[in-house]
Amino acid sequence: MTEDIVPALAQQIAAKILKQPKRTLKPDEPLISSGVIDSFSLVDVALLVEDTYGVRIGDSELNAETFDTLNQLAELIRARQA
Amino acid sequence: MPTFSDLLKNFYEKEPERVALYVLLSGQPDRLVTYRQLLQGAAAYARAFEQHGIQPGEVVVLILQHGYDLIYAFFGAILHGAIPSIMPFLTEKLLPERYRADLAALVAITQPSAIVTYPEFASEVHAALQPGSPVRAVIVSDNIGAPLDPDFAALGGMRRSPQDIVLLQHSSGTTGLQKGVALTHQAVFNQLESYSQALRLVPEDVIVSWLPLYHDMGLIAGFLMPILWGVPLVLMSPFEWVRAPYKLMQAVSRYKGTLSWLPNFAYNFCAQKIRERDLAGVDLSSWRAISNCSEPMRYASHQAFLERFRPYGLRPEALATCYAMAENVFAVTQGGLDGPVTVDEIDRDAFQIEHLARPASPDRPSIKMLSAGQPVRGTQVKVVADDGRLLPERGVGEVALRSNCMLAGYYHRPDATEQAFRDGWYLTGDYGYMAHGGEVYVSGRKKDLIIVGGKNIYPQDLETLAMEVEGVHPGRVVAFGVFNEEAGTEEVVIVAEVDTEAEEERQQIAASIRQTVTRGSAVALRNVYITGPHWIAKTSSGKTARLANKDKYLKEIADL
Repeated sequence: MTEDIVPALAQQIAAKILKQPKRTLKPDEPLISSGVIDSFSLVDVALLVEDTYGVRIGDSELNAETFDTLNQLAELIRARQA
Repeated sequence: MPTFSDLLKNFYEKEPERVALYVLLSGQPDRLVTYRQLLQGAAAYARAFEQHGIQPGEVVVLILQHGYDLIYAFFGAILHGAIPSIMPFLTEKLLPERYRADLAALVAITQPSAIVTYPEFASEVHAALQPGSPVRAVIVSDNIGAPLDPDFAALGGMRRSPQDIVLLQHSSGTTGLQKGVALTHQAVFNQLESYSQALRLVPEDVIVSWLPLYHDMGLIAGFLMPILWGVPLVLMSPFEWVRAPYKLMQAVSRYKGTLSWLPNFAYNFCAQKIRERDLAGVDLSSWRAISNCSEPMRYASHQAFLERFRPYGLRPEALATCYAMAENVFAVTQGGLDGPVTVDEIDRDAFQIEHLARPASPDRPSIKMLSAGQPVRGTQVKVVADDGRLLPERGVGEVALRSNCMLAGYYHRPDATEQAFRDGWYLTGDYGYMAHGGEVYVSGRKKDLIIVGGKNIYPQDLETLAMEVEGVHPGRVVAFGVFNEEAGTEEVVIVAEVDTEAEEERQQIAASIRQTVTRGSAVALRNVYITGPHWIAKTSSGKTARLANKDKYLKEIADL
C-alpha cells in the first residue's frame, strides 16, 4: 500500500506544489528540513493529502519531525487510513 | 517629549490592569497580558541585563521565537535603556553554519554587548562569536528569574533622552544584517502620532497581527503602536499562521479585531488555502481596515480576498493600503480609510515605454494600479528623475521623502546613511508616481531588492551562495525576482552560466544551486536557469545588470 502511495505523492508534489513536473523526488529524500518544500507550501501538502487520501494532517504536524520524506508521509497516510 | 519607558511607567502606575495584549500560541490557551504583567516580565529581563553588566545605550540582540520571552526581553531592554534588535530565529532549513555567518555579519557591524536566546541555542551563538567579540554576555531565557515589580528610579530606561536611539531594525541576509535602521524615541513617537491619526485609531480598536516582529510592519504597526498607544493587541506567531492561516480569521472573529496589516501575498494565501470548515461561525464584520503593505499591491489580490471572505461579513470598505519602510519608522502613506482605495487604470505602453502613468483609453491595454493613499502628516513625498529633477504629476520616477520620523542613520554605517540621502531627501529606491491630488502610486523598484512574501531579500547574497557551487564561476550568476500572479508575490529566479553542455551535468548543477541557496538563505527558488557562457549582461562598469538580465530571461522563457 505504502509503495503505491509514494510514486503518486512524488508526482503530485513535484507538479502541484513545487511546480516542477519533471522533477524526481526520491522516497527517502528530506523535503522539509532541506527546504525543498518551503513553509509557504506546507499548507498545500495538508490540503493535497486530505483531498487525495481523505486523511487530515494537523497544523502542528506540519514539520520535519512528523514527516520529512515521502516514505514517512506515506506511512502517516497509511496509518491514518487504517 | 517622553520616552518609551515614560509611557510604560504611566500605564503601569495608572492602569495596571488594562489589557496590553492577548497572546495566541498553538497548543496553549489564549492568554491575556495586562500592563502590570508586561512590565513585571520586562523588569525581570532588565534585571538580567543589569546583572550581566550591560550598559544603557548598548545594543542587545534578541534571537527568540515569537512568544513571551521575546515580548519581555524586548521591553526589558527598553526599561534597562539598552537598544534591542530582533534577529529572525533559525529556521529548520537554514544551515547552522550559514546562520553563524549571518550572526557574525550582524555582530561585526552592530557591535552588540549581549545576545539573548534559548539555552538549547546558546552553543550556536557561542560558535558564531570570534575571540575579541564585543558580545560580553550570552543570556539564556531560562536564567531570567521570576517577574518582579519594576523599580523605575533605578532603571536606566528612565534616564534616556527622546533623541537617543531606542531600537534597531535589520532585514535578513548578510547585506540586510549589515544595515541596521536606527530609530530614536522621538522619531517613533512622531510616526505613531501621525499614523494613529491617519488610522483614526481609538482605544476601542483591536489590532490583530501574526506578523514577524523583526520586520517594521510587525514591530511598529503590530506591536509597538498598540502597546504604547494603549490599544489591545491580539498577537499570533508567523510560524503558526503560515501553517494555519484560518487562525487569523478566527482571531479577528473572537476578539472583534478592527485593524490588521498584511503583505500582498497573504491576501492570495488566505483566499486560496483556508477550508470552509475552519470558517464555521466566523464573523469578520468588525474589521474596519486591513492594510496591504510591504510588497507590491495587486488589485486582483484584494478582489480574491474580498470574494472569499465577504460571505463571512468582510466589508469591502475594510480593504486599505499602506506604503511603508523601516527608514521612516513605518508608514509613508495610508489609503482606503476615507473611502475606497483609489484604482488608477493606466495605459500599459505609456507606462513601460514613456515612464508616464497616463490614464487608460478604452481600446488599449491597461494596468490597474492601487493607490497607496496620501502621505501621513509630517511626511512629504516627491517623485524625481534619475538626475534629481522634480517630476510632474503622473511622471514615473524615484519616490523620495522627507519627514519628522526618519531614521537616525544606518547603525555604525555613516557611508550607507550618506548615500541614502540627496539634499535632505531620503531616496527610497522605489519607482512610483503621484496623481489625484497627492496620492502615491508605487509601481516598481530601482534598488536591487527582491521581496518574497513581504520579506526583503538582497539578490547579491543569493548570488554569492550560488557561486559556491562547483561548476559555477564568480560573477557568472544573477538573481532577480519575478512576480507570480497566483501567489501574489515575487519568486526568485537564478540564472547561472556554466561551461558544460551536457544536459545531465547542467541539471546536477541546477539542483546543487537550489540546495545551496535554500540552505544558505532560507529562500526557495522558483527556477534555476542554466545557460552557456556570455549570457549574462553586464553594465559598462562590469557590474551585473539585474533588470536587463531579468528581461532577457522572461523573453527567453516566453519563447520556449
